[in-house]
Amino acid sequence: MKESYDVVVIGAGPAGLASAIEAKKSGADKVLVIERDREPGGILLQCIHNGFGLHTFKEDLPGPAYAQRFIDEAASVGVDLLLDTMVMEVSEERQLWLSSASKGYFSLDAKAVVLAMGCRERTRAQIRIPGMRPSGVFTAGTAQRWVNVEGYMPGKRFVILGSGDIGMIMARRLTLEGAKVESVLEVQNYLSGLMRNYVQCLEDWNVPLHLRHTVKRVIGKNRVEAVEAVAVDEKWQFIPGTERIIPCDTLLLSVGLIPENELSKKAGVRLDPITGGPVVDQNFQTNLAGVFAAGNVVHVYDLVDYVSEAGDQAGKAAALFAQSLLTPAKKTIPVKAGKNVRYVVPHTLDPLALEKEDIVLQCRVSQPIEEDVWFEVRNETQSIVRRSDRYARPGEMVSVKLTPSMFADVMQADALTLDIYAKSEA
Amino acid sequence: MEEKNFICTACPMGCKLIVRMENDEVIQVLGHRCRRGEGYGRQEATAPKRMLATTVRTINGKHPLLPVYTSSEVPKAKMAEILAILRQVEISCPVKMGDVVLENIADTGIDILASRDM
Repeated sequence: MKESYDVVVIGAGPAGLASAIEAKKSGADKVLVIERDREPGGILLQCIHNGFGLHTFKEDLPGPAYAQRFIDEAASVGVDLLLDTMVMEVSEERQLWLSSASKGYFSLDAKAVVLAMGCRERTRAQIRIPGMRPSGVFTAGTAQRWVNVEGYMPGKRFVILGSGDIGMIMARRLTLEGAKVESVLEVQNYLSGLMRNYVQCLEDWNVPLHLRHTVKRVIGKNRVEAVEAVAVDEKWQFIPGTERIIPCDTLLLSVGLIPENELSKKAGVRLDPITGGPVVDQNFQTNLAGVFAAGNVVHVYDLVDYVSEAGDQAGKAAALFAQSLLTPAKKTIPVKAGKNVRYVVPHTLDPLALEKEDIVLQCRVSQPIEEDVWFEVRNETQSIVRRSDRYARPGEMVSVKLTPSMFADVMQADALTLDIYAKSEA
Repeated sequence: MEEKNFICTACPMGCKLIVRMENDEVIQVLGHRCRRGEGYGRQEATAPKRMLATTVRTINGKHPLLPVYTSSEVPKAKMAEILAILRQVEISCPVKMGDVVLENIADTGIDILASRDM
């Protein structure tokens, strides 16, 4: 007989584990997490560096320890775990088709589904680096898995393209393991990762960072022998005469992450072309009733603590849906990215939900502002709430909280817009 | 008088600190916008410390490596010595998260802990 669950979570990373735990705590009886790896934990298992949990646990934990806490809690609250199993398809009616070596091809039903598949790294194919196609060009996360989990060094002399957090963290890790990191190249004129990673991963270990630089060409027949680096202008065009050959045997790419939504697309979940993730409401529910999404599958976070919080929300809502306790929205208004905002999550919200609970808007700024700024939420004509900060950077997610005190204003709005601007412009 | 420059990591702001020193003693910290920044500047200028996370080899482990970390920040100056010691370490599984892999590493008073169960 086909098995049936109240809540099925796809992916046992931080978002999935938090969703499952919270679903269980919110009254869902049978909760299952499906994971394609042979152990739960997701990408945290290879993120052996510290810096996780400062917000959630007020502790500075390595990635595997942060994951272990959720793995242990999931077990203690009675979440079921199905490992080494690939979800092949999810239907609109929340039927799942799965495949595993031990059980073959099989199916199960869910009253609610939480999509928590995380994200994937952008590869060489997606950024078009000319030159030859030798061995030795890898994504930073692939190298991280080899060095930290499988015990295998992919090279001795590295160039890293992209100043994303994983790239900077790998620069330190490879240096600690005895390799030489020649350079980190960043096409933008600002850091794409966090400042503390610049200090602790590059500056501490004398790894030079070159802003407004990229790789013009990969050189090498069988194995990478060098890369040709070049300075670029503000339109990312090569500046002739600035080319420089950097001998190396490996090029690592840390050039961005893309939410992984093959399953979502197939199921008919509507995606946001900017984030690459599902369009969600304040409960992280997608356009398909009973299908929720949490974590990096929705948009790429910079801190895992906020991924876990998103998991909590999605898991709770999924549990309520499974028990027919989630009130369907009577009215839905869009939340729009305004001035200097790349995107906002959630994409829509039910104003009535604000009567009882806070709603947190999460967004990313388009262009960095290194002076005092306003984050402002408004309707068509007037400001509803604004808060200030001392800067806004694309590498750091920004959140603005709507509280029940704003209920009346939000109820009257046909849409909300979030703007980010320098106070000096106001 | 000597001046040292740092980017503060006490919070994500990243203030550019200038620490003025005389005879290896901090005279003044400039450029910080909060109290934590001043403390960070003093620490960085005199005895910088970092958390250290790395791996040790396993015997009978699910993976060939076990991730480990320092129970608190260690002096930056001791980093190389600590890493050299840990390269020689092999640990028998099973281990639990938080188990002490090595006590008082390099006489720092700081322990090396397992980052996960294995």
